[in-house]
Amino acid sequence: MALSKADFNNINVTAVASKKLKWNSAADGFEAGDVGGSIVLLSTQTADGSGTAITFDSGIDSTYNTYLFKYINIHPQTDNVDFNVNFRDGSTAYDAVKTTHYFYSYHNESGSEAALTYYTSGDLAQGTGVQLLSGSTGNGNDECLSGEMFLYNPSSTTFVTHFMAINNTYHKADYSQNRFVGGYCDGAAAIDGVQFSISSGNIDSGTFKMYGIT
Amino acid sequence: MAISKFNYNSFNVTPVAGRALAFDADADGFTTASGSSMILIKTLTASSSATLDFVDGTSDVVLDDTYPVYKFEFINIHAATDQADFNFQVNVAGASGFNETITSTHFGGYHRSGDGASSLGYQSGGHQAQGTSYQRIFADSNNGNTDSSSGHLYLFNPSSTTFVTHFMARTVGRGSDTSNASSTFYYTGGYVNATAAVDEVSFKMSSGDIDAGIIKLYGIADS
Repeated sequence: MALSKADFNNINVTAVASKKLKWNSAADGFEAGDVGGSIVLLSTQTADGSGTAITFDSGIDSTYNTYLFKYINIHPQTDNVDFNVNFRDGSTAYDAVKTTHYFYSYHNESGSEAALTYYTSGDLAQGTGVQLLSGSTGNGNDECLSGEMFLYNPSSTTFVTHFMAINNTYHKADYSQNRFVGGYCDGAAAIDGVQFSISSGNIDSGTFKMYGIT
Repeated sequence: MAISKFNYNSFNVTPVAGRALAFDADADGFTTASGSSMILIKTLTASSSATLDFVDGTSDVVLDDTYPVYKFEFINIHAATDQADFNFQVNVAGASGFNETITSTHFGGYHRSGDGASSLGYQSGGHQAQGTSYQRIFADSNNGNTDSSSGHLYLFNPSSTTFVTHFMARTVGRGSDTSNASSTFYYTGGYVNATAAVDEVSFKMSSGDIDAGIIKLYGIADS
């Protein structure tokens, strides 16, 4: 018998609105689900006020050339705190050697101040401490920061590992601050972990997502 | 009779190249859908390459009205020649040569690890005013063993024959000599001042080859 057309309910899988029809993990049947594109969500962590840091300590390897982290509505418990990042390069510590750059623009709510400037207190010269991503975020109910950071080829043992971030912060003194941060983890060791942290108090709330880009 | 194989055109939906078979919004039929909005189109890997070119319709490259936004990712672009700039240019449909008219802005800076010096400023040496040269997106690439640059370039609606084609790039790298290495960055934006469709993009160094590195082309769908 020639099969001319298969109807949606001829397939031995329960139809789910807007989901794709794909082979299951054993490749011996169908299932309904999502099909990853070039940006693949690898992990989501949600801050709940119980800690000072959010750590991605698995899934960063040679699977993807580029990793993308998004941090959304990061709200500190304590007023006037810094939001930082650091990298793990083979040991258990987040202390990779980094040389970085940092500049930002700002404009306050009253409209009286605005500028673009390099910020020497925000950069590192072969430092192992945390890298400032955003500073002086307020802890008012609606105050927070959001942004994204790209990490390039962290598994390379030939080249240094570049990173590049953009954040926007609701500053404690009612400024919008757009901060541009980048640099590299020096040396040829693979980077296999990323840790975001806050300088004082806990991260009250916020969402962190890690994506792999194929 | 058990059915062991389905032919692609057995499903009651019109096939669309590169798309997945999906249940529709009512879960009572099939439709086609993309896996995500950002689709990898082509990967080129440099190996002492004079240029890395993406040409619509060649070697599986799509650079037309399929997507409203295209993104190029640069990963560890390593220059063969010290102090070479990493550049791009485009060609429009029906023309020849990578020499379209560009007006652009270019700023950047550095932070040196050796002496702590830092800089942020407009880089007039890297902008163009109706120029037809290759557009700089990373300057003074060093060719030390661990030196390279990474970043990305967006190309907006290149198929438009009404508007100019805008572009924006961000790059980061390890620059200068190895005794005083720096974290170097550049931000570039501008437009290709043509109302013909841009369908070819070329990357090359200002001097010497692209010794190593990866450039990926993605299409970003609007739905």
